[in-house]
Amino acid sequence: MPNDMQNDKKGAKRRELIKAAGAAGLLAAGGGLTNLSLAQSAKVKVGLMLPYTGTFAQLGVAIANGFKLAISEQGKTLAGREVEYVTLDDESDPPKGADRANQLVTRDKVDLLVGTVHSGVQMGIVKIVRESGVLHIIPNAGVEAATGQLCAPNIFRSSFANGQPAYPMGKVVADRGLKNVVTLAWRYGAGEESVAGFKDSFLKGGGKIVKELWLPFPNVEFQSLLTEIASLKPDAVFVFFAGGGAAKFLTDWKAAGLKGRIPLFGTGFLTEGVLEAVGDAAEGIETTLHYGDGIDTPKNRAFRLAYAKAFKLQPDVYAVQGYDAGLLFAAGMKAVKGDISKKKEIIAAMRAATIDSPRGKVTMSKSQNPIQDMYLRKVVGQENRVTGVAMKALDYPPSGTCKMPA
Amino acid sequence: MIFPDAFLPYLEPAVDFPTFLIQLLNGVQYGLLLFLIASGLTLIFGIMGIINLAHGSFYMLGAYLAFSLTEGLGSLWLALPAGIVLSVLFGLALEWLVIQRLYARDHLYQVLLTYGLILVFEELRSILWGDDVHGVKVPELLAASISLTDNLNYPVYRLAMSGVCLVLALGLWWVLRRTKLGMIIRAGSVNRDMVQSLGIDITLIYRIVFAAGLALAAFAGMLAAPTSSVFPGMGNQVLIICFVVVVIGGIGSVQGAMIGAILIGLVDTFGKVLTLEVAGFQLLPQLSGVTVYLMMAVILLWRPEGLFGSRGR
Repeated sequence: MPNDMQNDKKGAKRRELIKAAGAAGLLAAGGGLTNLSLAQSAKVKVGLMLPYTGTFAQLGVAIANGFKLAISEQGKTLAGREVEYVTLDDESDPPKGADRANQLVTRDKVDLLVGTVHSGVQMGIVKIVRESGVLHIIPNAGVEAATGQLCAPNIFRSSFANGQPAYPMGKVVADRGLKNVVTLAWRYGAGEESVAGFKDSFLKGGGKIVKELWLPFPNVEFQSLLTEIASLKPDAVFVFFAGGGAAKFLTDWKAAGLKGRIPLFGTGFLTEGVLEAVGDAAEGIETTLHYGDGIDTPKNRAFRLAYAKAFKLQPDVYAVQGYDAGLLFAAGMKAVKGDISKKKEIIAAMRAATIDSPRGKVTMSKSQNPIQDMYLRKVVGQENRVTGVAMKALDYPPSGTCKMPA
Repeated sequence: MIFPDAFLPYLEPAVDFPTFLIQLLNGVQYGLLLFLIASGLTLIFGIMGIINLAHGSFYMLGAYLAFSLTEGLGSLWLALPAGIVLSVLFGLALEWLVIQRLYARDHLYQVLLTYGLILVFEELRSILWGDDVHGVKVPELLAASISLTDNLNYPVYRLAMSGVCLVLALGLWWVLRRTKLGMIIRAGSVNRDMVQSLGIDITLIYRIVFAAGLALAAFAGMLAAPTSSVFPGMGNQVLIICFVVVVIGGIGSVQGAMIGAILIGLVDTFGKVLTLEVAGFQLLPQLSGVTVYLMMAVILLWRPEGLFGSRGR
């Protein structure tokens, strides 16, 4: 029978193949290449798309360090699977964001994409992960749309939404009876969303915005705006600046003689990483953020010690965000015992997770943005010392704009 | 003709006279600072005709030098001369190594090479100094401030910077217009070969001019360091505006660059704080980010060669 003949031939071929494979396996074992193919299929691939060069390089490194620390604390494997990292420098270059994310998803076939810092690049990543459905954790970028209009079941954030750190400050300022406030910020996404968050709670608390002042990002010529503020004589000023711009602003604010005359408030980014540069120009300034110096909990102490030991560096808020991204992913992997194919179950477990973060307890909101305590901090010497909790378990901005597809 | 009220331009007269004067001062002061930063570009771009995109990097280099040298030598007064010497040497070396290859080539090569230099300098900065934000202390002598109103002070250091800018502008103008060296430089910018064939070592002259341009940019960075703080990418912020200054002023003109810089200073200052509404749309301060570029467009439409540029170049 011709059919049988063919079957026999196929069978023979198959047997030969199996033999050959077995021999190859033995050879490989003898040559020290043990279980090459097996191990590869068992590894979990994590893509770290972060800025490793440029202005945000330090943030990228801190996030990657934090993430790796969290994973290594889970033991040798993550729920029975080794973790392999694919790192990619996004250079904080928005036009290339989508292409680079696509490279990680289609070429490297990562199981989880972690990234990034810059909100413009983030929008490119969000586009790709929405199309491909790859599991995604945002470890910094605050652009509200990512967990707002553009939210998706596979998109999580371990950091903050732009308005979130600013919202509690509005209440703090209103509660102190400071009624007439001027706001000043860079006119770009983060600046606008921060001012909106501040206004939201400040107006609810009975405050009044005397004037909104803006300057183009990343312009740092503040002198005319400081003159304007001096002539408006408000009860307080709320600002959003970060990095080098924040350092220059704080220096100019003091040189213009406004420090000590008009109370200055901002989100924590105003005084993160610039205290050494500005000397006493920042002393006493109060800000709100989801982390700070001197959070005296066993978890935070243990985290700071482990981080310092592993990387010979002091951790900052970005390291915490990276660390929590690792914890969040670990919670998902544990729930499915390492079976990465059960994406629905992983997502459900991550949604329900309570992260024991160095900053305190963190859970996920409906739009998968962190619900977290917001601290009031005050600059004392070289520290952003936590003086209290400005708002407990803050879920902001409201998840109303997020229509999560099931 | 009767227009509805809403269609008339509306300029909010919210500022009182003293505040207006202070803003005027702010505008002039910012303009002078811009001139200081752009002065090196006036030499390299305006006189030598090299499109130098790395100008911002030289500015950043100066700021970082000021930071390191002030730490090392103990005061900005010592850091300034040391920084100038270092940046002149660096300028001579850079011209010899790469820039001299550009004179005979067209602008595209210049743009490519000097853009490459930006990337190289950013990485070097990251390797040598890291990505931290740093501060430089204002020297004790100039640390005071003058009280202008009941709640606004003006730092003496800013006024001193303006003084330095004026002296520098006069010096530049004098060298270029009133000395033999200046005459040779200007002649070289019109016809290199002719100057060369008259027995003048134009290669050396250009090397010096480039080094001087670089040193001016670095000097601006050093002077600005105490007020602007020192941070990665600070050069890129000033690069575009420097080109605007030189283009508005007219290529090759020191007076033009000065007038252009002060115009920009004033337009930028008042663009940020005035409220201007036309036909119910708020134009200012909504558009404060583009006022400077609008002004440039208008000036170039009116005089394509810039305010003080010579026609037919």
